[in-house]
Amino acid sequence: MKFMLMMNGPRDAYEQFGSWPKKDIEAHIAFMVTFSRKLTAAGELVSAEGLDAPTQAKRVRAGKDGKPITDGVFPESKEYLAGYWIVDVASPERAYQIAAEASAAPGPGGVPFNMAIEVRQVMSGPPETK
Amino acid sequence: MTFASLDRRAEQLLRDLAPQVFGATLRRFRDFAACEDAVQEALIAAAAQWPRDGIPDNPRGWLIQVALRRMTDHVRSEISRRNREATAIEEVPIAVAPALYAEPGIDPDDTLVLLFMCCHPSLSSASAIALTLRAVGGLTTAEIAKSFLVPEATMAQRISRAKQSVESSRVPFGMPDAHERAQRLSSVLHVLYLIFNEGYTSSSGPSLHRTDLSNEAIRLTRAVRMLLPDDAQVAGLLALMLLTDARRAARTGPVGELIPLDEQNRTLWDREAIAEGVALVSTALSSGTVGEYQLQAAIAALHDEAPRAEDTDWPQILALYGMLQRMSDNPMVALNHAIAAAMVYGPRAGLTLLEALDQDERLAGSHRLVAVRAHLLERAGDRKAAIALYREAAGRTASVPERNYLLMRAAQLNEAS
Repeated sequence: MKFMLMMNGPRDAYEQFGSWPKKDIEAHIAFMVTFSRKLTAAGELVSAEGLDAPTQAKRVRAGKDGKPITDGVFPESKEYLAGYWIVDVASPERAYQIAAEASAAPGPGGVPFNMAIEVRQVMSGPPETK
Repeated sequence: MTFASLDRRAEQLLRDLAPQVFGATLRRFRDFAACEDAVQEALIAAAAQWPRDGIPDNPRGWLIQVALRRMTDHVRSEISRRNREATAIEEVPIAVAPALYAEPGIDPDDTLVLLFMCCHPSLSSASAIALTLRAVGGLTTAEIAKSFLVPEATMAQRISRAKQSVESSRVPFGMPDAHERAQRLSSVLHVLYLIFNEGYTSSSGPSLHRTDLSNEAIRLTRAVRMLLPDDAQVAGLLALMLLTDARRAARTGPVGELIPLDEQNRTLWDREAIAEGVALVSTALSSGTVGEYQLQAAIAALHDEAPRAEDTDWPQILALYGMLQRMSDNPMVALNHAIAAAMVYGPRAGLTLLEALDQDERLAGSHRLVAVRAHLLERAGDRKAAIALYREAAGRTASVPERNYLLMRAAQLNEAS
């Protein structure tokens, strides 16, 4: 079964991350790279993507004529999706375990960051795609 | 494409011949998809028969014969199917083009014509890239999809739409005339350059290199050079690819982080590729006409030939960027020109040149202008401004390795101040 593990962060998470000491940024990146390699080696990783900073984000909806109406990000949004992993695992417990491991990624001073990871099951795909 | 039954040499031979066979088949029948199937069948037949009977004396002729026979069968069965369907309509004479029975002439230019077709200016660059890798490079749809990190079904659609546009465009399968040829060749070279760059600096995804694509671009450019050995632009592009790719091993650290040119371990550079690239660019430059690829290759050669970063011949690089700037109105060239000016005349000179680029709409919102300004401010000793701009650039880039590099640069500067 597939699960999406979502890393959410406040709007200024990117700036916060950028203001960490160099060795802490390095340790965090090294952790994420190793984590992704481990999931790949275990045959559990389906995909993983990091998203660009929310300052670049736009909200789009269709206007009356179907043309896009774009808007900057609404300020009331407190949390943004920063990145996600999709894993294919045997049980929900295994997905929680992976999420806990990601949550323990090192933060400032090398202390586990303990960010909240949202775990959602991925429904099986529509019939025309694989 | 892999053939388990074949040794490496025979497999390489098949890969090299596939686009020529495809070109020769397509020259006679305009049906892109059916020709592709026929070539595929010819390759499978070779994989079955060659290990048993040995490689024929004329492997290309052999493959073309088999592919044409398959196409003839295909056309016959199509005609009889249509005849069966058209019983009430007047009888359709079974006519097969006389060209079918012509000796399968061997025309090495078929690969080139095929490239001209796949890189036709009417196609979007994404389509041209996919079609070139499929039809000329002989990569499977799955391999191409994997290289571009998209689902196979998506890539299959992209390729099939590209084929349809080629078919419906009625571009004649033949060598364009001399006047059109230079222009069409530049489209081909541009597509090959895009394939190389896609492999060298992935536009998306966590890792910086997708070496399979860079290697494929180099292989295809080598093939074009075999066909047009006297073309200085082709030689220049091949040199540029080799001289850039030579630094691959030194360009990233253990966790995929970007290492800038002046901090790279130059002993990791591929000396053989550099020697080949330098020889190529020297010949290309001495041939008279100077184009963009030769100039860019000459700049890459100057970097590659410097034993240490501080030995780099910046005055000559500055002069070459000046020539490039007069040749094309490309803001990225202007950015590099400013960097070279900073290396020769000091960071303030570079910063002054950057001011002129602030108004360029093509660079608006681009992280590169911001990152270059940050670098020059750092060199000028304005740490605070440099840190702020490194972070701003990090927030704007869509490349993970680049973002990490910029953040670390800011952090390092922050700790030093």
